[in-house]
Amino acid sequence: MRTLKRVKAVALREWRSSFNSPVAYVFVVMFLILNAFFTFFVSRFYEAGQADLRPFFAWHPWIYLIFVPAVAMRAWAEERRSGTIELLFTLGITPTEAVIGKFLAAWSIIGLALLLTAAIPATAAYLGSPDWGVVLTGYFGSYLMAGTYLALGMFCSALTRSQVVSFILATVAGLFVVLIGFDPVTGVLSRFLPSGIVEAVASVSILPHFDSTARGVLDVRDLVYFGSTVTFLLYATTQIVNQRG
Amino acid sequence: MAELLEVRDIRKSFNGRVAVDGVSFAVEKGTVLGFLGPNGAGKTTTMRIIAGYLLPDTGSVCVLGTDAVADPVAAQRKIGYLPENTPLYGEMTVEEFLDFIGEVRGFHGRAKLRRIDEIIEQCFLEPVRHQTIDTLSKGYRQRTCFAQAIFHDPPVLLLDEPTEGLDPNQKQVVRDMIRRMGQEKIILLSTHILEEVEAVCSRTIIISRGRIVADSTPDELRRRSVTYNAATVRLGVPASQAEAELRRLPALAELRILEEDQRTCTVYLRPGDGRPLAPEIHALACEKKWPLMDVHTDEGDLSEVFRRITVTEDTRSAGSSTAQ
Repeated sequence: MRTLKRVKAVALREWRSSFNSPVAYVFVVMFLILNAFFTFFVSRFYEAGQADLRPFFAWHPWIYLIFVPAVAMRAWAEERRSGTIELLFTLGITPTEAVIGKFLAAWSIIGLALLLTAAIPATAAYLGSPDWGVVLTGYFGSYLMAGTYLALGMFCSALTRSQVVSFILATVAGLFVVLIGFDPVTGVLSRFLPSGIVEAVASVSILPHFDSTARGVLDVRDLVYFGSTVTFLLYATTQIVNQRG
Repeated sequence: MAELLEVRDIRKSFNGRVAVDGVSFAVEKGTVLGFLGPNGAGKTTTMRIIAGYLLPDTGSVCVLGTDAVADPVAAQRKIGYLPENTPLYGEMTVEEFLDFIGEVRGFHGRAKLRRIDEIIEQCFLEPVRHQTIDTLSKGYRQRTCFAQAIFHDPPVLLLDEPTEGLDPNQKQVVRDMIRRMGQEKIILLSTHILEEVEAVCSRTIIISRGRIVADSTPDELRRRSVTYNAATVRLGVPASQAEAELRRLPALAELRILEEDQRTCTVYLRPGDGRPLAPEIHALACEKKWPLMDVHTDEGDLSEVFRRITVTEDTRSAGSSTAQ
């Protein structure tokens, strides 16, 4: 019970800090603009003539690639740079509580941004009748994927005191995790690697797991993938921030 | 036992450089312990170890019965810590920040709001209550950080250079607070300002190169000063008449004529063993019928003791370069 309250306190503090500075607003607004731009102008949502949100979700792995590291980069790098990590870790909070609190705060900001994209399914509903099951599963999968990117970003943020380094590390790591499951890349790999190995490598990638949820398939294996990756990365983050010198 | 803060033989090195080298002490309730030492002596590292932020290489820390090395979080609930350089979350307002501290320290609802009001009043933060921390002056920042340290009314307070960068008035406010709270708490105060130790501490530990080189009361330390009990005497006789007699005083180590004219003289007399010279000067003046116009006895100089028993980073490197 007390642990929960402390996690909540950390999360609320992060949330307040994000909204007291331009970080959260810039993130939410840019996320919405980019989503709308890619969905309507690049994927030509109107011209396709289908009440299908796949053109919308298909961009999410790439948009998150840049945006989530930007949300995550402050988490630990800034605490180290400004010295507040010393304050935080002498307040009687365990590193696990702090890591989870920070993660939940950032994840909820992404959740808010995602919620505000509701105008897009609303447009689809106005023009046609989308399959709401698929839409909800897509949103759910997208949110889980964002959580995975976020855990990766937080891990990178814990490694350094520079936000820029944290951002670059997280983006490159994210790109790697996306590309190893990206069809053109797996196509190249399968030319000189046995298909079993290519499949094994691709299964580490975030893309196949997200693709199935975006198609409306909620597979336990995907949930296990997202859940275990987030847990592992947050655990690793805890270990790093817990190094008492 | 449980009323003690005990530090036993802690050692800590960073990349082969020894920062703390076997520091041990115990402090009981009602003590304001001044932790004194030159920059780089190991004060902050020792404070961080006690606060549970750093892990010692060896040794133990026991905070009122809780092992702070094995269970830092449990020990931290009994500790209020003011870190060096007052790190604070700059984007928050003072009130929001204290709200966060309250939540983390286990205050909720009305009890929390009441406590925030009390703390804001106690630390004179009312004028900046709704101001963003980044926009605060150094004095208000320091007091905001102080406020978070005392929020949960902890039995142990660790204050790392609490008056650094404050103006004389603000220093006085903080010192008054420390003195008041020191009656019922264990307070460890690290500083390199000697007047601070004399103003608030009931006990002093001097640390140099990671080791304790003195552990005593400020008064007792002052007594170790070479100038302790030295007397400056103004006599109504010429120096030529008084000097020879004064030189016969027992244990006199130094005699200097500071001023003289045809009828008076001012003489500085320093004992070699710190014994008081005033009674003997009085007796001599009576015996010789010298008009004794003024006697001033030196209480000792803490800074002289400090300089003598500590080695600063600068003098150390100067020493090693000379050796080369």
